Amino acid sequence: MFNEILTVWSNQPGVSAAIWIAILVLAAYLARNPAHALIHTSGRAVYVACRLLAAALRNLETALQRRNRDVVLSLGQEACERSIEREFHRVNAVVTRDLGAYPALHRQISDTIDRIEEDYQAATDAPPLPPAWLQAVDAIASIPRSGDATVCSILDNIGKTLENAHRETEKAYRKTTLQRHKLLGAMQPQWRDLGHSLTRVKETIDGLDQRSREIDRQMNLYEAIRADEDTAARTLSSSSLTQFFISSLVLVIAVFGGLINFQLIAMPMSEMVGGSSYIGPMRTSDIAALVIIMVEIAMGLFLMESLRITHLFPVIGSMDDSLRKRMLVITFSILAILATVEASLAYMRDLLALDREALTQSLSASGIVAEAEFRWIPSLGQMVMGFILPFALAFVAIPLESFIHSMRTVLGLIALALVHILALATRVVGASVRQLSHMLVSLYDLLIMLPLGIERLAGNAIKHRQGPVNNDEPEELYLEQRS
Amino acid sequence: MKRIILATLLALGLSACDEPESRARAVYLLLDTSGTYTAEMEKAQKIMSYLLATLDSGDSIAIARIDSGSFSEKDIIARVTFDDRPSTANQQKRSFKARIDKFVADTKKGSRHTDITGGMLQASEYLDETGAGEKYVLIFSDLEEDLQRGHIRDFPISLPDIHVVALNVTKLRSDNIDPRDYMKRLDLWENRVYEAGGTWGVINDLERMDRLIAQR
Repeated sequence: MFNEILTVWSNQPGVSAAIWIAILVLAAYLARNPAHALIHTSGRAVYVACRLLAAALRNLETALQRRNRDVVLSLGQEACERSIEREFHRVNAVVTRDLGAYPALHRQISDTIDRIEEDYQAATDAPPLPPAWLQAVDAIASIPRSGDATVCSILDNIGKTLENAHRETEKAYRKTTLQRHKLLGAMQPQWRDLGHSLTRVKETIDGLDQRSREIDRQMNLYEAIRADEDTAARTLSSSSLTQFFISSLVLVIAVFGGLINFQLIAMPMSEMVGGSSYIGPMRTSDIAALVIIMVEIAMGLFLMESLRITHLFPVIGSMDDSLRKRMLVITFSILAILATVEASLAYMRDLLALDREALTQSLSASGIVAEAEFRWIPSLGQMVMGFILPFALAFVAIPLESFIHSMRTVLGLIALALVHILALATRVVGASVRQLSHMLVSLYDLLIMLPLGIERLAGNAIKHRQGPVNNDEPEELYLEQRS
Repeated sequence: MKRIILATLLALGLSACDEPESRARAVYLLLDTSGTYTAEMEKAQKIMSYLLATLDSGDSIAIARIDSGSFSEKDIIARVTFDDRPSTANQQKRSFKARIDKFVADTKKGSRHTDITGGMLQASEYLDETGAGEKYVLIFSDLEEDLQRGHIRDFPISLPDIHVVALNVTKLRSDNIDPRDYMKRLDLWENRVYEAGGTWGVINDLERMDRLIAQR
C-alpha cells in the first residue's frame, strides 16, 4: 500500500518521493497561518488548563495544610487538656493527702513548740539564793572571838550551821541543774519531731511547686495552641511523627508476639475443632486460634478503656464509674480465662508434640523411643508464655491509640506532599507544552523554508522595484508588531 | 450502581455456598506378593512408615496386596481414614502399623500370578469413595504382570486425577539380558496410566521418597 502511494507519480521511488515532498511542503506553506494558529491555540489551551489545575491543586494544598494544622492543633489541645487535667488531679491528690492533714500537723507543731517553750521556761538557770537570815548569822559568826568559851562555842556552832546551809543550798542547786538537764534532754526528740514535720511540709510544698511549674508550661503550650501559633503547630507535628514511628515499632513487636502466640495454640486447637476442616484457604483450627488472639486484643482494648488509659471508645470513657468498674472486672476476667485456656493449650501442644515424636520414632527403623531429660522445662516455659502473652497483648491498645492518632497527621503530611508534587508537575507540564508549541511553530517554518525563502526574495524584489527602501521602516514595523 | 452492588453480593454469596474442595489426601499402596517380589517386603514397611508420618488428620490410606486376582476387597490388608483429632489419628497410625507388621511377618509364600491391573482398578474404586482432593496409587512391584488364565484385563482403565507412582521397580533377570524389556515395561504402564487420565512417576531410590507426596 505504502509502495503504491510512493510510486504514484513515477516508477522511480526517489523521484516520486521528491514530488510527494514538494506537494506536502507546498500544502504546508499554504496552510501556514491556520497551522500556526492551531499550534499556538492548542499550546495555550493546554497551558491554561495546566495553570488552572495547578491553581486548584494549590488551593487543595492550602486546604490540606489548614486541615493538617487543625488536626495537629486539635490533637495537641486535647492532649494538653488531658495533661493539665491530670496535673490538677495530682495537685488535688497532694493537697488532699498531705495538706488535708495540715491543720492537725499545724496543731502538732504548735503543741511541740509550746512544750519546748514550757520546758525552756522550766529549764531557766536560777541559782538558789541563800536564806535571808544567813547574812545576820554570817555577821555574828564573823564577830571576833573574845576568849569566852561559851561565846566561842556559840560562834563555832553558828559557823557550822552556816556551812551546812551553804552545803544544802549547793546540793539543791545541783539537783535543780540535773533536772534542767533532763528537761533539756527531753526537748531533743521534740525538736527532731518539729524538724521532720517541717521537712514533710517542705517536700509537699516543693512537689506542689514542681506541679505548678508543669501546669504553667502546659498552660503556655495550651495558650499557644489556642492562639494558633506556628511554633506550637510545628512542635506538635514533630511530636506526632515521633509518636507515629515509636508506636509503629511497638506494634511490629506486638505482631511478632501475636505470631508466637498463634504458633503456641494453632496446633492444639485442631484437637478442639478438628484438623481437617477448612474455611476458605485456611484451616478452621488456625482461624479459631486467630479468633482467640483477636478476642484477647479486643478485651485488652476494653480493659485499657475501662482504666481510662486509652480513649478510643468515648462511650466507655463516659460511662458511670460503677458501670465502668464492672466492665473492668468483666474484661479482666475474660482475659484471665483466655490466658488460662492458652496456657492449657500450650501444654497440650507439648503433649501432642511428644506423642508425634514418639510415633515418628516408633515408625523409624530403630523403633526405640528415647526419653528426653528435663522435658518439663520447655513444657513449663510454654505454659507460662501461653499465660503471659495474652496480658502482654492487652497493652497493644496503648501504642494502637498513639498510632491511630498520629496516623492522621502522617497521612495528612503524605497527602500534602503528593498534592504539592502534583501541582509542581502540572505547572512544569503546562510550561513545557507552551514552549513546545513555540518549537513546533519554528519547526513548521523550518520544513517549509524553501517556499518561505522564495516569498521573501519575491517580496524584496517587489519592494526594490517600487523604490528605495527605507531601512528604518521594517524595524519600526517589527517593533510595532512585537508591542 | 445499586444493581451492580446487589449482583456482586449475590455472586459472592453463591460462590460461598459452593461445596468446598477437599484438601484431604488418599493413598492406596499396592504390595506385590508374587513369588519373585516377596523378599522386598522390608522395603514396603519403610514406605508405609513414610506414609504414616506424612499423612495427617482427615487423610486416608489403604494397603492392599497384588496377588493372582487383585480386584477384590479381600486383598485390602488395612485401611483407615484418620480422625480429625491429631491425638486419635496418632493412635490409629499405631494400630495400622501393627496390622501391617503382622501381615509382613506372616507373608512367607508369594502368589503364583501377578494381577496389577486388578489392583489398580480396586485402588481407583477406593480412592473415588474417599472423595479426597489428592489421590495417589503407589505400586510396590516390578510391574511384570502375569495374569491367571481366563482373567481379562486388556481393556482401558479409568484413573482420573490419580497420581500413580511405581516404587522400587526391580530389574528382572531377563532385563539384564535385554534392558529394553525393562524400558518397555515402564513405557507400557506409563501409557496405560496417561490414557486412563492419571499421571505417572517412578521412584526406585526409596531415600528420595520425600518428594512423593506434597507436604502441607
